[in-house]
Amino acid sequence: MKTMHKSPWLLHYDGSSCNGCDIEVLACTTPVYDVERFGVVNTGNPMHADIFLVTGGINSQNEDVVKQIYSQMPDPKVVLAVGTCACTGGIFKECYNIKGGVDTVIPVDIYVPGCAARPESIIDGVVKAVALFQKKHEEEEKKKNGRYR
Amino acid sequence: MAKRSVVPFGPQHPVLPEPIHLDLVMEDETVIEAVPSIGYVHRGLESLVKKKDFNEMVYVTERICGICSFMHGMGYCSAVEKIMNVEVPRRADYLRTIWSEMSRLHSHLLWLGLLADAFGFEALFMQSWRLREKILDMFEISTGGRVIFSVNKIGGVLKDMPEDMLKSFVSILNDMEKELSETTTVFLNEYTVRSRLEGVGIITKEDAIRRGAVGPMMRASGIEVDMRKTGYAAYSDIDFEVITSDKCDSLARCQVRIGEIFQSIGIIRQAVEKIPEGEISVPVKGNPDGEYFMRLEQPRGEAFYYVRANGTKFLDRMRVRTPTFANIPAMLQTLQGAQFADVPLLILTIDPCISCTER
Ligand code: SF4
Repeated sequence: MKTMHKSPWLLHYDGSSCNGCDIEVLACTTPVYDVERFGVVNTGNPMHADIFLVTGGINSQNEDVVKQIYSQMPDPKVVLAVGTCACTGGIFKECYNIKGGVDTVIPVDIYVPGCAARPESIIDGVVKAVALFQKKHEEEEKKKNGRYR
Repeated sequence: MAKRSVVPFGPQHPVLPEPIHLDLVMEDETVIEAVPSIGYVHRGLESLVKKKDFNEMVYVTERICGICSFMHGMGYCSAVEKIMNVEVPRRADYLRTIWSEMSRLHSHLLWLGLLADAFGFEALFMQSWRLREKILDMFEISTGGRVIFSVNKIGGVLKDMPEDMLKSFVSILNDMEKELSETTTVFLNEYTVRSRLEGVGIITKEDAIRRGAVGPMMRASGIEVDMRKTGYAAYSDIDFEVITSDKCDSLARCQVRIGEIFQSIGIIRQAVEKIPEGEISVPVKGNPDGEYFMRLEQPRGEAFYYVRANGTKFLDRMRVRTPTFANIPAMLQTLQGAQFADVPLLILTIDPCISCTER
């Protein structure tokens, strides 16, 4: 478990984004930007994931999906909201089907603004998420050790 | 008879960049029927016409989909311009054509990458996306944005491209052509790739017409439809052939899109040669009154924009029919009788864009 916190896995879910932020997140995993150099691997399985990256706002249909993915992820976990839509609802805030940002259904740790969020800022967010994940992980370890002593 | 079972597919799935849910009725490894359920990306964007005026709607329509954002903005602007009888300066038409073709280039390269990812050829995915970054750089230089540009306005465009910038773009594209042909020959000739694509997901000519397919899906079934031939923007001055194929399978769709990549480069070259000097926008006064249908060719096929205005700042109705919506019936047909392992690939061959379908 000691080494795990050095390479958290990332799960990307597209809420109700316009694809703009979505393809920028994908672009981050390809050669020009390549977030994998920070030890982050993009996975498709919530049960393997430590960082939950959401683009786009929450609507009535995907609300349960987001909650379910969040609950399936093992603790500790970090949630990253990418794009203005995911932070607040953005340009679609006034639409009848949009409830607001991701924080209306699950707790969000890091907000990456921008419409579309630029790859540089997404990478910045991911690097912060990695640091936060390490911190959360250490706290968890401490708690456990305390309990056993 | 083998036992039937239902396998849920999506909305969160490793190969799908976007959420769509399918219930696959399976008999052993064969798909008998696919039942889609959608709505995961539905925002209710068309209803914003009541809250935002017709000028602000340009920015909303650009965000229908981040992949063809330029064309969505352009379709909406052209429809409103037609209602208001605004004559767009010729230079703006040419600039719109150039940006449209750049959008097509980046969209097709993105699709090639996702396709490679769907059949598990990671290196090819990375190659396609590396090449795509060069197009995005060109977008960034000319508009300031990578995926959302906001350069359209009612009455023209907001930014001009000076002569030397256009020349440099053409030389970048010339250099790219060699790299592109190296990558695309892998798609067309590599044995492993062909074995996944050839003869898979056949849509015959009759079926394509019956199911109302559009765009590359239709062209890969041997039917010549291309809205660019109707001559909107500057396409009436440009000379190009509609690319088709009669093979009707996934490889044919790949071939058509690859052909269009090179065609787009050709169109940009022609447009840069012919672009006239002059204004890039005209002032627009008053509010629109009336209705109009605009049709244009997006990377995924034909899109409709319907705008009805009532003489006030706020429109009565704005409606978009997007190409993926028209292609879904054809996709469901290809899934019938397909192998389970081919399902992600077949979904990808229509180049789905869920966010514009559901808006
Ligand atoms: S923040 Fe902007 S680019 Fe990103 S999903 Fe929302 S509308 Fe699209």
